[in-house]
Amino acid sequence: MTRVFIRLLICTTAIIGSAAAAAAGPSAQATAAPKPPTNDECLACHGDAGAVRANGTPVAVKAAEFAASIHGAVGLACVDCHADLARGAEFPHADKLKPAQCVTCHGKAVAAYDTGVHAQARRSGKNLTAATCVDCHGAHDIKPSTDPESRIHHSRLLDTCGRCHGDEEIIKRGNIKIGNVVGLFRDSIHGKALIRSGLTVAPTCSDCHGSHDIRRKSDASSRVYRGTVPVTCGTCHEGIAREYWTSIHGAQVQKGSPLAPVCSSCHTAHEISRIDVEGWKVAVIKECGTCHEESIKTYRDTFHGQVTALGYSRVASCADCHGAHTIVPKADRRSMVNDANRVQTCKKCHAGATESFAQYDPHGDPSNRARNPFLFYTSQFMKMLLMGVFAFFGIHTGLWFVRGMQIKAAARLRGQGADDSTEDGR
Amino acid sequence: MTSSTPASAASAPMTVTHYRRFERTDRLLHGFLMFSFLGLAFTGMPLLFSHELWAASLARIFGGFYAAGIIHRFCAIVMITVFVIHLSRIVQRLFIRRDLGVLWGPASMVPQPRDFFELIAHMRWFVGLGPQPRFEHFTYWEKFDYWAVFWGMGIIGGSGLVLWFPELFAHVLPGWLFNVAMLIHGEEALLAVGFIFTIHFFNGHLRPEKFPMDSVIFTGRVTVHEMLEERQDEYARLAKLGRIDELASAAAPRWVYTLGRSVGAVAVILGLIMVGLILFALLTK
Repeated sequence: MTRVFIRLLICTTAIIGSAAAAAAGPSAQATAAPKPPTNDECLACHGDAGAVRANGTPVAVKAAEFAASIHGAVGLACVDCHADLARGAEFPHADKLKPAQCVTCHGKAVAAYDTGVHAQARRSGKNLTAATCVDCHGAHDIKPSTDPESRIHHSRLLDTCGRCHGDEEIIKRGNIKIGNVVGLFRDSIHGKALIRSGLTVAPTCSDCHGSHDIRRKSDASSRVYRGTVPVTCGTCHEGIAREYWTSIHGAQVQKGSPLAPVCSSCHTAHEISRIDVEGWKVAVIKECGTCHEESIKTYRDTFHGQVTALGYSRVASCADCHGAHTIVPKADRRSMVNDANRVQTCKKCHAGATESFAQYDPHGDPSNRARNPFLFYTSQFMKMLLMGVFAFFGIHTGLWFVRGMQIKAAARLRGQGADDSTEDGR
Repeated sequence: MTSSTPASAASAPMTVTHYRRFERTDRLLHGFLMFSFLGLAFTGMPLLFSHELWAASLARIFGGFYAAGIIHRFCAIVMITVFVIHLSRIVQRLFIRRDLGVLWGPASMVPQPRDFFELIAHMRWFVGLGPQPRFEHFTYWEKFDYWAVFWGMGIIGGSGLVLWFPELFAHVLPGWLFNVAMLIHGEEALLAVGFIFTIHFFNGHLRPEKFPMDSVIFTGRVTVHEMLEERQDEYARLAKLGRIDELASAAAPRWVYTLGRSVGAVAVILGLIMVGLILFALLTK
């Protein structure tokens, strides 16, 4: 500490040295017009790795790092950002300066940031640790986003966002309701493509959320607002998005339906998996069932539904018959379950399917007399048969048991002990 | 009567302690029937109760749903084979041996008026309104067991085949029948499993007179005591015809009892576990 103060003293002396040499006496300091310090002058103190404020917080700047940064490369002066000192000051300068004013040059980015969720959280006072410019971009070592070493390079942005959104402690402290999304994302198909396969086309956080103007999904102007999700996903998945907008769900979303599913309803947001994974194929059925309650109920009563309920996906689930992104009402000629297309749809699995085969009702409902009359009456008959048999033999067996026990007890009372009728002579 | 029967006589070789009741082929067929029935029940119920937690676990025990499906079909082939052999034996008795007793009389499984009267009398005896009826070779509840399985074989087996080869059957059957076949297959299986694992087990093994087990289906023999106590009319008829001695035999070898009791115990325990699982599912629905 002492060493640092000595150095601060020396550099202060150096800065005022030239003025002091020209004139002596008390008037010399007053007449010297304060001049902004050059980078070298700043580094004379801040270049020391151990430079600290009086309270012990570090104020060191690595000269080489700054030189290698974009700001260093374009020749910015320290005082361009640390504007307090732009008009010069007495040294050592005040302990606490204003934060670097990025807005001076990056007006648009800062304006966008101000509309975003991070700025909101800070303004509302709910989360004073919400990210500002330096949290994502760094300070003296800022590199352009195209530089692989940049914190916001496509391959590194996930780690940068993950410093907060992948840290359980910070998530808890900042009351970030969405949870550890970076952790989830790492295991998703996008995350794996990005991290393991190194695919530059795989999306990272900013591709869906934007960068400076990240908004809540409840905000209608957000890229992840439910009605906008298909547009956002469609920037890469263009073909799928085009199909989707022609589907009944897409049309409903366009009309502003708050219920019709968007991409993330089925695929989730951060946990998107391959669609040929057994677990996903089985789990997504439930998603359809959140709205199509009747259909999932009847589906579960069929072989297809029973097998998938057990967790196996080799049989038909919703999308196999109805389609996924192209889904339209049955009456629509394009529908896979339209009478004109049913046989073809069945044939996807049942190669020998015929018109007659396709009369099978994959949503047969034994309690619906109008829809499935034969099934209804068979069900009624089976119910009566089961109840009749079990009622009759239940009584029969119960009475027999009581009578049998009575006889056994009587035999025991007569001192005959174990009745040897159950013995086989062995 | 109990103390004076030959059953209490010292058992020596050739001493009549037992009467033969089931032929070896029938006992073997029943063995295969048991094996395949248990296999079918344990691989089929997970589907019928697929929403239950135990269903997925049970399917996993068999190596997953696909493996369970293969076991189910294998057991189905075994059971259908048992059924076909049984039918061919009846045909043989009827047409080759010209034994019309298959169709009527004491050796026949066909329900007859005395079965109805036996049922009434038995129920009256349950509640103390009359004496225990005298039974013949097959009692009414045994005939019910038989026909329940017979009907079940046809219904479950038939619907099962339709579901196994839907594309083939669709050439002659309308598609909506698969919905019906699916329903029948499941409901009838529930009836069969529920009936066999409770009523049949009780009638055969668990009722106080037989507890813990009646070995007759494994050994093929009943004790003289059992014959006299439980099938008085059969004994009387055979004695009158002078044919009772044709059925006389010694006890079955010890290993047959051991095997029968082991197999029977395993079957009863497995069956009751299945009943427990089904009841749990139905009650917590």
